Amino acid sequence: MIKGKFIDNLPKVYGIYTGGFLVFIILMAIAEQAGMSAKLIGIFFVAFTVLIYALIGWLSRTMQTDAYYVAGRQVPTVFNGMATAADWMSGASFVAMAGGIYFKGYGYMALLVGWTGGYVLVASLLAPYLRKFGCYTVPDFIGTRYGGNLARLSAVIVLTVASFTYVTAQINATGTIASVALDIPFGIAVYVGLASILMCSMLGGMRAVTWTQVAQYIVLIIAYLIPVFWISNKMGAGFFPHFMLADEVARIAELESQFGLGTVKNSAADLATVPKGLAGITKAHSEVNTTPWKFISLAVCMMAGTASLPHVMMRYFTTPSVKTARRSVGWSLFFIFLLYSSAPMLATLSKLSLMDPNLSTGIIGKSISDVQALDWYQNWNQANLMFVSDFNGNGTLELNEFFMGGKAVVLATPEIAGLPYVISGLVAAGGMAAAMSTADGLVLAISNALSHDIYYKIINPKAETAKRLIVARVLLFLIGFAGASIAALEIQGILGSVIWAFDFAMSGLFFPLVLGVWWKRANAPGAVAGMLLGLAAGTAYLVWVRNGGAGFWGVTQLTFGIVGSLVSLVSMVIVSLITKAPDAATQRMVDEVRIPSGKSVLGKQH
Amino acid sequence: MSKQAQHWEKTRNHLFITLAIWFVFSIGIFFFGAEMEASNFRPFGYPLSYYMTCQGSLGIFVILIFWFANRQEKIDEEFGYTEREGS
Repeated sequence: MIKGKFIDNLPKVYGIYTGGFLVFIILMAIAEQAGMSAKLIGIFFVAFTVLIYALIGWLSRTMQTDAYYVAGRQVPTVFNGMATAADWMSGASFVAMAGGIYFKGYGYMALLVGWTGGYVLVASLLAPYLRKFGCYTVPDFIGTRYGGNLARLSAVIVLTVASFTYVTAQINATGTIASVALDIPFGIAVYVGLASILMCSMLGGMRAVTWTQVAQYIVLIIAYLIPVFWISNKMGAGFFPHFMLADEVARIAELESQFGLGTVKNSAADLATVPKGLAGITKAHSEVNTTPWKFISLAVCMMAGTASLPHVMMRYFTTPSVKTARRSVGWSLFFIFLLYSSAPMLATLSKLSLMDPNLSTGIIGKSISDVQALDWYQNWNQANLMFVSDFNGNGTLELNEFFMGGKAVVLATPEIAGLPYVISGLVAAGGMAAAMSTADGLVLAISNALSHDIYYKIINPKAETAKRLIVARVLLFLIGFAGASIAALEIQGILGSVIWAFDFAMSGLFFPLVLGVWWKRANAPGAVAGMLLGLAAGTAYLVWVRNGGAGFWGVTQLTFGIVGSLVSLVSMVIVSLITKAPDAATQRMVDEVRIPSGKSVLGKQH
Repeated sequence: MSKQAQHWEKTRNHLFITLAIWFVFSIGIFFFGAEMEASNFRPFGYPLSYYMTCQGSLGIFVILIFWFANRQEKIDEEFGYTEREGS
């Protein structure tokens, strides 16, 4: 029907879509000049984009298994790159990362290196081989390569723990944005977010998620880059900020020492009055402010986690061939690079806007009552994301008296820098797109694993297609609902939960996946030991450190994957070597996976 | 050595080179954060440590993956393991 034609016309379809979106932004800008209220603009932006995604989701509905699970394996390289980039860049990348860099400086820039470097591992160690395998899900690969339901089940357990931790953070992010943009309480906004997420994936599975993710990438990258370029130009910092902010970075360092960063400390009693979750600027912006091991261990965890997260890996199951899967990883990273290289620039511009007394937007050194009277301060203070207090009673705002939530750095910067409200609306739509696209990928990864690997492969191998797909959808709904309920509790911040998800995935899946391709001797008992002991060790370490344990080797609760994956590697190798080598058929299967040509190991319909 | 074993050996060597480059720019240089910061080499005027974390390493990874894919395709071609288009 529309399928063949649709694939051929992709550049045109998305070209028109992008043009339409730009026209929509301009219309909103005109409406703002004509006096439309800020609140209404926010609602329009979020509602309009979400409706478009829902429409794409509905148009992509399907009742075929290979369309539902792997989008029919016909997604072209570049478009799969965009979809992966949206799948990948979550609320954490869009909303929280610039905030992390803003407050922690160099120490958190390890995330940039880790979340991009991991793709080298994906391209070289895994993606092409798993594509050749022809599986529907990651546990599908584990289950077939090692053989046995126990291996399959263990993979599903690790996948669920990691992805579920991740998805609660994404639903939390959609809830935050929906609550600010639509002006509804967070507890309700979480379910509004969930409804939007399910609309995209329920009917069309992977096929629907693919085409909405491409649309979401376009929205989120426009929404991230426009403010960065605009603020930079408005401030006179340079027309291409990425190459021209060296002076601004140096100026921040100068202001930091002028305002007594690190020398003026807040008392514990003062800090107790600051609302929970908000932070002050306590770390230098660009200085190396952390030990090499701390930086490297965080980067390593994020890289290995990237290569183990099933929702990313499964995107490479949708390309037409092994060759395109490999290239597609390159395009994914290119599209991710566009946003990641802008995040530190946004943090720089945002910080300078607030700090520099020579700029009209600077608030440090102004009188506290003036700052409290600012419109944007009142808005964000009400949303519980910004706070000032005159600790020393001198009537002026000092650097140590200003507090902000990490999420506010991206969401509030356009307002702080004095950009028209239409840009804030655009950023909200972008954040929503980022969080939704990742949540969709994750919910789908979990429900596909449960429906395909548990229900179809283990419980009821005779189930017919229609029944399988209905089970998949019911599970999708239940998982989304469970995720939203937990997100509403707000146990851990967005960035923290996402980092945990990477550590969980790395603890349980990294070595079983990599060795499945690169070590023929690896067998089922070894893989099961690797997955379960790795996950258990990582989790135990996390619980221990969370409850006041001292930890060792400088491994913190953000890098517990190092412990988990080492246990995983050691136990997998030892158990594999003391048990029987895999049979000849399995060895042949591994040989088959290692060459790109020829039929995939698993059939087209399985 | 069979054709397949040769192909795999070349593929593996290619992997090791790729991972070595990856290691240098994702882990190796960050042992020297303080030295990079003090360095006089400042791309676009940024301190080297800052530049590598926010652009340098990231850009190198993008190029590295495309280079890796191209070379792997050549290896596959050499042994006749290229997939037929549209199959």
